[in-house]
Amino acid sequence: MSAVFDAFSMVASFEVLVAILISAVYGMVIGALPGLTATMAIALLVPVTFYLSPIAAVATIITSSAMAIFSGDIPGCLMRIPGTPASAAYTDESYALTRKGQAELALGASLWFSALGGIAGTVALMILAPALAEMALSFSTFEYFWLSFLGLMCATLVARSSPIKAIAAALLGLLVACVGIENPGGVPRFTFGLTDLLGGIEPLPALVGVFAVSEIMRAMINAPPPPIPERKLGSILGGQWALTRRYPKQMWRGNIIGVLIGALPGAGADMAAWVAYATSKRFSKEPEKFGTGHPEGLVESGAANNSALAGGWVPALLFGIPGDTITAIAIGVLYMKGLNPGPTLFTEKASSMYALYIVFLLANVLMIPLGILMIRVSKQVLRAPRSVAMPLILLLCAVGAFAIGNNPFAIVLVAVFGVIGFMMERNGYPVAALVLGIVMGTMVEQNFVTSLIKSDGDLLPFFERPVSSVLATMTIAALLWPAIVWLLRRLRPAEAAR
Amino acid sequence: MTKMTRRGALAAGALAGIVPLARPAIAQARYPTRPVQFLVPWGAGGGTDATARIVASLLEQELGQPFNVVNRTGGSGVVGHSAIASAAPDGYTIGIITVEICMMHWQGLTELTRSSFTPLALMNEDPPGVQVSSSSPHKDIKSLAEAIKASPPGKFKASGTGQGGIWHLGLAGWLGAMGLKADHVRWVPSNGAAPAMQDLAAGGIDMVTCSVPEARAIIEAGRAKSLAIMAPERNPQFPDVPTLKESIGVDYSVGAWRGIGGPLKMPQEIASTLTAALQKVWDSKEFKDFMNARGFGMVWADADGYAKHMEESDAKLGAAMKAAGLTKA
Repeated sequence: MSAVFDAFSMVASFEVLVAILISAVYGMVIGALPGLTATMAIALLVPVTFYLSPIAAVATIITSSAMAIFSGDIPGCLMRIPGTPASAAYTDESYALTRKGQAELALGASLWFSALGGIAGTVALMILAPALAEMALSFSTFEYFWLSFLGLMCATLVARSSPIKAIAAALLGLLVACVGIENPGGVPRFTFGLTDLLGGIEPLPALVGVFAVSEIMRAMINAPPPPIPERKLGSILGGQWALTRRYPKQMWRGNIIGVLIGALPGAGADMAAWVAYATSKRFSKEPEKFGTGHPEGLVESGAANNSALAGGWVPALLFGIPGDTITAIAIGVLYMKGLNPGPTLFTEKASSMYALYIVFLLANVLMIPLGILMIRVSKQVLRAPRSVAMPLILLLCAVGAFAIGNNPFAIVLVAVFGVIGFMMERNGYPVAALVLGIVMGTMVEQNFVTSLIKSDGDLLPFFERPVSSVLATMTIAALLWPAIVWLLRRLRPAEAAR
Repeated sequence: MTKMTRRGALAAGALAGIVPLARPAIAQARYPTRPVQFLVPWGAGGGTDATARIVASLLEQELGQPFNVVNRTGGSGVVGHSAIASAAPDGYTIGIITVEICMMHWQGLTELTRSSFTPLALMNEDPPGVQVSSSSPHKDIKSLAEAIKASPPGKFKASGTGQGGIWHLGLAGWLGAMGLKADHVRWVPSNGAAPAMQDLAAGGIDMVTCSVPEARAIIEAGRAKSLAIMAPERNPQFPDVPTLKESIGVDYSVGAWRGIGGPLKMPQEIASTLTAALQKVWDSKEFKDFMNARGFGMVWADADGYAKHMEESDAKLGAAMKAAGLTKA
């Protein structure tokens, strides 16, 4: 018990509280700017953590990443430009709500379920960390292959267009993921002798291009849409209790999906949001409403991406294996601050561990008032004339892309993907599926090829290992399901006619 | 680009109260007179980035001017390295150079080699270790080495980094030193050391040849153990792990290193100022504390020593890459 008491006094110090507050505001702002991600917010914090005490240093990372993942929803909702890749899955949905004049409901749902998801994830981290870590350690490349394949199949579920067009867009994403030398063979592909293409095409410039730049291009050629009814933004949290009561199952499923996917190394908040949104649509009673401004999917995926964030800390704290790109950076800071990951962290440094749990909870509670403030400020964008807002957003996109690696080539990529995204949207191809293809393509290929190397080219181990066989069954069932439904429909009228 | 240089030159000239042409003479006298750009070819948040940032902040204390860390990523490190090599050799752009510079040119990925830079100092080197799962039947390196020799080619699987990465070459070189073919143990490419260690614990592979610090958390969790390191001496931080030479008599060592360098043709005075400052940085308590906390190996060499080190590393890695069939035909 004294460890818990120590933990409270560690967190209650002036330095830690100030660090939490400042990094919360910082994370909020970075996440809300299109093109600047939660991962980047953390990377930029690393030099600052040199000068902080261990708890304060880790607290800044926890707080700013939670805030950035939430506030990434804001530009997605207001302008259809996701602030972070974790918001891309449901950007269309929340933007549709804004067009219906229900921006406060969409943003409120993001905020409320993000905070709840973050808290649920923390509780899971506190209670289930050893069990979750055990699960993460039992995953080999065979299991990851099926998992990433399942993730890829979400492409057809999240899109509102025809499944064929969604698959085509995802395949284009897979092609983009082939570029570069970062493949299992270590051989440069599709680089055309350009050094800049050696490292491949990162999902982020593509995301910014297909969503933000193509939106700006559309704004240039289309007449301004009829103004959203000018009225006071209603209460942000007002409708959320009703939503919580209406969709409790979705919320809990989102939390569980988030924690599980987050705890698996290599799969983070982005994938959790995609899978949760797809699951929500798959099991919804009214799937036809998805994409038209229906909060059900927002509840589930908003909860999932924030609970994934806490889940990502499980393998990081226990084994020093990053659960996502954010914890990959955090592990370096943990070592530097003498909080070496490992089981000893939970025994010898128990009070520090409890302190981190408290920071997690504090950050997610703090998210609500700060988030309301942020929403109120940023919704002014809706009132700004497009001729002012759009150039500024374009500038932000360029700056954000450049800032990732101080490489001007990223700006070119953003522009190219802007054009690609614009042409795809015009012809009804969903850009979200393209982004999913880029994100998942590397994972699918890496895990498939390395698994084959390990099994000497034998396909059997993909089905032999216990977890792998379960995932394989799920994947194949999901693949064949539409065909079975189609067959049944064909057979039934035939029977009736007989 | 020309505009930038001209503006920079004018500013420096104005500062010194002298015509721009005479700037080198002045700069030599009191280098550095303005902030220095410190390039990092790898992304923010990684081990190289962290090392660069601690070195830069200590250089700033030493020389009294800001050393601004700039991550120039892309092209698997090629973009940042070429930015260092092609900068103006005035001492106001330096950077961290990593072992990949002695590997990539063998694959024909870039024209850059170690001789494209002015070496300033070697700061760090981490040798590969040989890690196995704690459930592995091999309790020491001798038993593992004999099992490998006795096994048919390709039976054992190892991982630790991507195809042709430094830990792959460490394995290939070790096998070569034992008189085996470089692909006698099959390499399973991974996305870095952490996923490989996880796969080791999950039972997907037989061994991981990443550095011991990278495997530390899993070893401390009791899921893996380190049997040996490919270094001339034991690492004081992991005194229980023997070297290959003392345990099985195979005299093979290699390592992933990081050093500081600048573009070619840097003025001798500036280069010596920097090397002297880097030596003070390396000797400082802050640097030692940082490196120990991260578990990074500390190796020092001045400009000449670093040049020699790169030459040896280049030859060794080139041989390993040829043996593994990774060089461009």
